[in-house]
Amino acid sequence: MSFKNFNYVGKSKIFFIFSIVITVLGLVFLLMRGLNYGVDFRSGSNVDISFKQQLTSEQVQPVLNEIGIGEDASITEGTDRINIRFSDVLSEDQDSKLRSAVQKLDPSATFEVNTVDPEMAKELGRNAIYAVLLSCIGIIIYVSIRFEWRFALAAIVALLHDAFVVVSIFSILGLEVDLTFIIAVLTIIGYSINDTIVIFDRIRENLRFAKIKRRSDLVELVNKSLSQTIGRSIYTALSVFIAALFMLILGGESIRMFSLAICIGLLIGAYSSIFIASPLWLVLKGKNVSNKPQKAVKPNKDKIEI
Amino acid sequence: MKRIISFIVTVLGLTIIMAVTTPGLLKDVRLGLDLKGGFEILYEAEPLMEGQQVTKEALQETAKSLQKRADALGTTEPEVTPEGTNRIRLKVAGVTDEAEVRKTMKEPANLTFRSNDGCKEGEEFCKIELRGNDFVENGASIAYDQLNQPMIDIKVKDKAKFAEITERLLGQELAIFMDDQLLSAPTVQAVLTDGSAQITGSYTLDEAKQIRDTINLGALPLKLVEKYSQSVGATLGMQSLTKTLQAGLLASVAILLFMIIRYRIPGLLASFALILHTWLLILVFVWADFTLTLPGIAAFILGVGMAVDANIITYERIREEIRTGKSVASAVKAGGKSSLRAIMDSNVTTILVAAVMFAFGTGAVKGFAIVLILEILISIATNVYFSRFLLNLLVRIGWAGKPSHYGVKERDIREL
Repeated sequence: MSFKNFNYVGKSKIFFIFSIVITVLGLVFLLMRGLNYGVDFRSGSNVDISFKQQLTSEQVQPVLNEIGIGEDASITEGTDRINIRFSDVLSEDQDSKLRSAVQKLDPSATFEVNTVDPEMAKELGRNAIYAVLLSCIGIIIYVSIRFEWRFALAAIVALLHDAFVVVSIFSILGLEVDLTFIIAVLTIIGYSINDTIVIFDRIRENLRFAKIKRRSDLVELVNKSLSQTIGRSIYTALSVFIAALFMLILGGESIRMFSLAICIGLLIGAYSSIFIASPLWLVLKGKNVSNKPQKAVKPNKDKIEI
Repeated sequence: MKRIISFIVTVLGLTIIMAVTTPGLLKDVRLGLDLKGGFEILYEAEPLMEGQQVTKEALQETAKSLQKRADALGTTEPEVTPEGTNRIRLKVAGVTDEAEVRKTMKEPANLTFRSNDGCKEGEEFCKIELRGNDFVENGASIAYDQLNQPMIDIKVKDKAKFAEITERLLGQELAIFMDDQLLSAPTVQAVLTDGSAQITGSYTLDEAKQIRDTINLGALPLKLVEKYSQSVGATLGMQSLTKTLQAGLLASVAILLFMIIRYRIPGLLASFALILHTWLLILVFVWADFTLTLPGIAAFILGVGMAVDANIITYERIREEIRTGKSVASAVKAGGKSSLRAIMDSNVTTILVAAVMFAFGTGAVKGFAIVLILEILISIATNVYFSRFLLNLLVRIGWAGKPSHYGVKERDIREL
């Protein structure tokens, strides 16, 4: 395999720059445009209607006008279903009028109506962010004990990078963000840390038998560890990706954005474990080694830190 | 020979158990509203009158009264749960008339004391004498008479009004109503001028407590404001469920095929472990009576991918060991041993993240975290230890002794 002798960390500058560019770009987009919040995060009502026969927005619009909610509505057509978004919360009266009016067009129509006070979703989002920050502390403690603090720091940078890049991509592409998106980001974080730790485990294992005298020894060690785990990285990412892709293509409308976020996040997570987390550890660790002249270091010395 | 038998018995036995129990288990999985269709409202409770506070007791009482009203709707298993300091979540499945439900639920608890004064023939308790807000807040309490029989002390704000009523109704019944439900109909025994009264009767302690709570709730009714509502048509819910399950099934088949093609015999064992993993997860769901929601299914399917990771790590390691020239038996041993630490460390870290999510998340996040934790724990049992046990058996039997059984080509093996 050509993966075997690939110099993964040799190009790390390019990948660092790439990730920084995406992060900055994401930051700019988030500040300028923000996210396309779904009804979960905005007050208003979201009505999903599915039909046996296809109705068009031309047929539905007059109905809405009649009830007096036509101006506020934005209608999106899908196959066998139609989505209407109101920026004002529908009153119960309007809600039932809408249902009976649409059912006159097609008696088989079924409805999914979501009304929300944005406070609820914001609260969930805030909680999620707290949860992520808190779990970072947990990761720092655990990984510092089991490995060392440099691994912990690198893992967390990779994890936050993954979460942020996915949020950025959703902002850049203007994709809708709803409650399930928060869950998707949390999943990505879980996957990302899992992926990174497996690679770090191999670096740790190789460190035990390595004689590190120069920075180039360290580079070689990281490259070796990455090439040993690349098979696993690819196949695991692939199998989880298959699962997420099927959900994206075949799963219901309501989890489409969720699946898309997972798909993107998986790729980012696999990328960051190899090209961000490991080289970053190298940078942190390399500071210890590079300045020292080439004196004979006893092999045991480097074992101690693990 | 003994090993062959134990292998066959294990695999065959589990297969039969799974095949027999799965249809029944699937039926028993409790589905969330987003999958079976229904109606969910989150209320925020505010005091009806200004300057009052929402107490924990008041919230619980309001939830109880909501539960009663929901039960009266005749739908299956309505769920009413108080959340935090001032919220109540209501879930009703299979509602046909949502507007009706909303209306019934929203009205504040309506406590009335009614009499038969001036009622026409055939009418019962038509005149409302006292309303909830005529009572002193939290003024009702339990006391005992000489015979140690529980009774309820009540306090009324307007003494003169109460004196007038008790005088007029002396010897008649003054019935206590919650909404339109008759709770008790004590008889007025005396004219009461100090604004306080005892309701006696042959109440059990529980009955007395219930009346006390009802009166206290009536005195401090909470206004419920709809914060969030979600309504899913039953067919729409079914659609989501079948679509997601179909996607999950296809994804699983694809993953299993991939495992078998890449890892051959151990891949086959991993596939079996994965099926067992899914079955166990369903089993835990049914036993623990968890509610399966759409994000839950998503976590479920995603977890399959994560469980398979344990096998991939191990098998890649075994292949690596085989390629260095080790015998298959020692490669399996060495690969298993050195991969275990990576699997455990990565799983513990993920559980850590999920546990924090569970502790601090709300609603959907919590549900997702639970499924994730369960999946990881079960996958350690099935896809780490169980599949390892099977592989060791096969190696000893001699059915998995060649490098080709692991998908390793002979020419890739280095000479020692």
